[in-house]
Amino acid sequence: MQKVRVKPLMPPGHVRTPAYLRGKIGIIERSLGTFPNPEALAYGVAASDLPLHRVRFTMSDVWEGNAENPNDTLDAEIYEHWLEPVDAT
Amino acid sequence: MPHDHHEPEDIHNNLSPSGHPYRTDDDTPLSYWQVMEISVRELLAEKGITTAREITAQIDKMDARSPINGAQVVARAWCDPQFYAALMNDASTATRDMGFDIGALKLIAVENTDDVHNMIVCTLCSCYPRNLLGLPPDWYKSRAYRSRTVREPRSVLAEFGVTFPSSTQIRVHDSTADMRYIVIPKRPIGTENMLQNDLVGLVTRDSMIGTGLAITPSTIIEERQTP
Repeated sequence: MQKVRVKPLMPPGHVRTPAYLRGKIGIIERSLGTFPNPEALAYGVAASDLPLHRVRFTMSDVWEGNAENPNDTLDAEIYEHWLEPVDAT
Repeated sequence: MPHDHHEPEDIHNNLSPSGHPYRTDDDTPLSYWQVMEISVRELLAEKGITTAREITAQIDKMDARSPINGAQVVARAWCDPQFYAALMNDASTATRDMGFDIGALKLIAVENTDDVHNMIVCTLCSCYPRNLLGLPPDWYKSRAYRSRTVREPRSVLAEFGVTFPSSTQIRVHDSTADMRYIVIPKRPIGTENMLQNDLVGLVTRDSMIGTGLAITPSTIIEERQTP
């Protein structure tokens, strides 16, 4: 399964990548096909179709030592342009 | 204040004859967005794009949707292995084929098992499978539920009266973009001989959000308590 990092960007405006997941590493649980870019749709301008993925994080990936139970998971839908591959090491 | 206390001085205390405070009238100026909504609605009607009657009909349609729709989906998934497979593969198509008007809803079904419990939240706003479950409960839209569920799902579940051992994996699903989710709760033990139509009544709204479990019928509990 593809390991990915959510880009740690903090752009202004409407985005659908939650701030609490930025910079976090997860795996692609499934790919969902393409959807119109919400970052353009929100402003009523032409929106190109972009790939959307469901990314699964463990709670320890997200909250580190503060996780309630490290093996619980969190899935979120993240657009591909917010993801970068993480090489297996 | 007791409810049988009807003295006239209550009126001066701003209490109704039943002893409850009068609700204040909403004599406040319209907000920016209320003005915007009225303006757009009236413009759409003036231009003949829609009518007040069509808007009311649409509101009625949304109000008519209720968790019973989702409960019928779950009960069928419990009873019909072919439907269950179709639902897990493509929940939008499976529920549409079952006859539900789910519109453009992109649905994913997530299933609870002995080892996994799923829970739905939308941290960014309040995405909810309205076409299948009706309007969301108010708490689903609250900042507390939205922020705490991704951070401490077990504490949130405990407040709903639902607890799991640490060996059960909690899977939180944050509806951040275009998909909506329905939890397929575990079929309660002892319901093996129940018919699909009777099982519908065991599937609560909360069990399909993941903040609750399907109801174990009281007859089963009574049977167990009988030595």
